[in-house]
Amino acid sequence: MSLLEVQGLTRSFGGLRAVSNLSFAVERGSILGIIGPNGAGKTTTLSLISGFDRPSAGEVLFKGERITGLSPDVICLRGLTRTFQIMQAFPKLTVLQNVMIGAYARHRAVSAARSHATEVLRKLGMAARVEEQARNLTLADLKRLEIAKALATSPELLLLDEVVSGLTPTEVEELVGLIRNVRAGGVTIIMIEHVMQAIMALSDTIVVLHHGEKIFEGPPRQVATNPAVVQAYLGEELALA
Amino acid sequence: MTALGQTFLVGVLFLFMLSAPTFLSDHQTHILIQILFFAYVSSCWNILGGFAGQLSFGHALFLAVGAYTSTMLLLQFGVSPWIGMLVGGMLAGSLGLFIGYLSFRYGIKGTFFVLVTLAFAEIARIIALNTSAIGGASGLYIPIRGNDFWYLKFVNKAHYYYVIFGLLLVVLAVTAWLERSRTGHRLIAIRENEDAAQALGINSLRYKLLATALSAFLTALGGTFYAHYVTFIDPSTLLNMNLALEITIYSIVGGIGTLLGPLLGAAVLVPIAETVRTELGHNYAGVHLVVYGALLMIIVRYAPEGIIGLIRWLREQWAKSRSLPTHHTSEAKP
Repeated sequence: MSLLEVQGLTRSFGGLRAVSNLSFAVERGSILGIIGPNGAGKTTTLSLISGFDRPSAGEVLFKGERITGLSPDVICLRGLTRTFQIMQAFPKLTVLQNVMIGAYARHRAVSAARSHATEVLRKLGMAARVEEQARNLTLADLKRLEIAKALATSPELLLLDEVVSGLTPTEVEELVGLIRNVRAGGVTIIMIEHVMQAIMALSDTIVVLHHGEKIFEGPPRQVATNPAVVQAYLGEELALA
Repeated sequence: MTALGQTFLVGVLFLFMLSAPTFLSDHQTHILIQILFFAYVSSCWNILGGFAGQLSFGHALFLAVGAYTSTMLLLQFGVSPWIGMLVGGMLAGSLGLFIGYLSFRYGIKGTFFVLVTLAFAEIARIIALNTSAIGGASGLYIPIRGNDFWYLKFVNKAHYYYVIFGLLLVVLAVTAWLERSRTGHRLIAIRENEDAAQALGINSLRYKLLATALSAFLTALGGTFYAHYVTFIDPSTLLNMNLALEITIYSIVGGIGTLLGPLLGAAVLVPIAETVRTELGHNYAGVHLVVYGALLMIIVRYAPEGIIGLIRWLREQWAKSRSLPTHHTSEAKP
């Protein structure tokens, strides 16, 4: 049984179909990359899976159970959480307090949440930043914090929304290593990304979306040579030329 | 300041507060009672407005529920206000749950929540004005009966002082617990970023309702105190928009979302209001609200974290200026 199964997922906004009849499955321990041009429906897909948006049609099965239409907090407690493209830290709280909010999902006692959060931060190489206010962090650290908060909820499946975009090549490399470690720690990952270097290096499988539809699913090495994908990214005329 | 110094300061302040009525005049005690009363109600408001970040302009409603419930129970059935206080608190809590559920269930927040709470307070005012069974526009009087603790009646103002001081300690204890607990931290997370909080497994509806109910319950206890201290309640003083506004202003000026903010705000503003009222009130009624308005603008513009924020900033500057000389000497001798 796949950890996550998406079946015929559709989300319409008026006449626009942001996501259209989308189906795919994610195996436990793997990394699935979703790419696609702007407006392809990537973030909408993540929102539909994580409960922030309700699908117009289709089902999401997590660990074999239907989670379609459940609220984000319930889905989080079942072991599926997300990060946000625009980082959603708690600005006035310290790094440690931010991560503790995530840890509270699994710990009732403040002291237990604190030590769990400290442990997560240590693993992500942020131990030196614990007392800093989130609003004073650099972009790279904010991205890490975003992952740290989500990891503190002890997810089985983590949805990453453009966590490497906007970073320098060195920072991207660091974060790629960090995501590998997260996976090695037993967390399954779905990531959407614009930075090809990162997603190609990390993903076991790539799904390409275009106008809300899946136009490709397969291993990373086949993506660049797939005519449909090239056409979606470069336009019809260029692809023919 | 060291932890020991802080404990000492709090201890001295506590002893001062405890003994204050013995050396203060009746009028001074009255002003102190007003400070404590507004600090109390504003602290209750702060649980919802400051910690959970849901700004309510309808807290006068919960105050009125507490005042009317205990007064009606006393006048109709001779029930002790202490019991009436709890009944009023529970009624207000339920009302808070109702209003909160109506709003939060449909994602109403920010300014719109302000308007919803304001609307409910106005509805209550109009109903109270037109319901003769609860006194209508002419209000309700509570009979004077000498010293009677069970009926919350005292000749000496000092006794009322201790009642409101006790209530204030209760709400401060609740707030201090919130600052240190999982529940409080989750409320703050909702205030700071509700989407992120939900993604991290927080049922924001449940927590916001909890904060509303708790805040409304405690506010109503203050309403009962008010009724028995003033011995007269009517819709136009209790369910008054100015009152609702004052409740929020003390927290905002003192430091919203902090333990001592509402207390500081009330301690600074109530004496100012009282002075302005006695000096200018005869000719210029309501002029204290002008002063409040001006202060509010200054605070929001220049010190959005209130007096508490200012104190923190001053302490940081002080710490910096102290560390500066040592820094220079270490630089001078490489």
